[in-house]
Amino acid sequence: MQTHKAKRVAIIIEQVMQSRLTDAMADAGVTGWTVLPVLGGSGQSGTWSREGQVGRGTGMVQVICVIRPDRLDALLEAAFAVVDRHMGIVTVGDCEVLRAERF
Amino acid sequence: MDQILSLAATNLLSPIILSFALGVAASLARSDLNIPEAVAKGMSIYLLFAIGFKGGVSVADHGIDGTLAASLLAGIILSAALPIVAFGLLQVMGNLSRLDAAAVAAHYGSISIVTFVAASSVLDGSGIASEGYMVAVAAAMEAPAILSALWLISRGGDNRRMDPELLREIMLNGSIVLLVGSFFIGWITDIDGLAKIEAFIVSPFQGVLCLFLLDMGLVAGRGLRGGSGVLKPGVLTFGVVMPLVGATIGCLAGLLLGVSTGGVALFMVLSASASYIAVPAAMRVALPEANPSIYLTLSLGVTFPFNLTLGIPIYVAVASALTGG
Repeated sequence: MQTHKAKRVAIIIEQVMQSRLTDAMADAGVTGWTVLPVLGGSGQSGTWSREGQVGRGTGMVQVICVIRPDRLDALLEAAFAVVDRHMGIVTVGDCEVLRAERF
Repeated sequence: MDQILSLAATNLLSPIILSFALGVAASLARSDLNIPEAVAKGMSIYLLFAIGFKGGVSVADHGIDGTLAASLLAGIILSAALPIVAFGLLQVMGNLSRLDAAAVAAHYGSISIVTFVAASSVLDGSGIASEGYMVAVAAAMEAPAILSALWLISRGGDNRRMDPELLREIMLNGSIVLLVGSFFIGWITDIDGLAKIEAFIVSPFQGVLCLFLLDMGLVAGRGLRGGSGVLKPGVLTFGVVMPLVGATIGCLAGLLLGVSTGGVALFMVLSASASYIAVPAAMRVALPEANPSIYLTLSLGVTFPFNLTLGIPIYVAVASALTGG
């Protein structure tokens, strides 16, 4: 089956920043993303778990989007402007999609 | 003194405090006891709705007077001023950076609605009346503290502004909307409305509060376990001293306003409590460099248990003694 090259960007970020990030992504021309809950983890800011969170102040989410390679720089610039000062991690990977016109 | 000890003993042996203690103990012992997130959320919605509704009915029942507007204004001023007091105390007692001190200070200007609910329950149990509109005062005290914290930071040369989106999120956070909304529903529907849903919002209230505080105990215990190495002795002491300082200021405000014994006690509770829901979220957006382990552990692991176990009986006894209630 014919596949097309694309980029998969995964951004783990604080829950309070989610709407700010997705707004910035929309402004950068990204039309689709998926938000996943994060159960826990550990990093430079210490160990974190979803268990026992009473507010959304300390929660984390993962925002995933798949885009055409030529849109990657615009997305990263928009995302970095939002996440720069915050906890989180941004990863970019190669992937292939079946319906290129959707990205 | 006898009254304080008697109230403290009664409070410490009440089902709600023992449920909280069970949660803390289970968490510290690393038990797998856990309240599902959705259940905890459902219980908090129930408690906020019930307390807001009953407050509204009380206002409809007793009518409103000039102290309503004055109390709201006093709540806003207290919330804006307490972070400045807390910031000053932290400069003396703690060795925190300006950013961390301002973030902690914001928590102590804002309020803990669970502490307010627990205090209201203690007042009800003791037969001490309070003004129903104190629910609205609690809602009014959520946000001004955040603006004060940003002002404290900007005085140090680091200009942080409240973006409109953050302001909207704070003013329309779910707890405030539910509390104020149910308050107005209670006010509009009055005693007839209460009669229709009394079986739902009055009788089960204490039982739900027990389970909710069991969950809060688990959360506080986890916070203490995870953040035990974060707080230095000076900051730890601040977590107990600041509620007493806040309560004193709140007491003066209540006495100046001429509210009832229960009203003075609730002003003390609101001024003594520290936020752990609305303000942490705002601080993560506005001051992301501030260390959340410090302000969350202090607010949730130190001040909340202190207020719940010892603070509330002290505030109620002092309010009763000063107002002759």
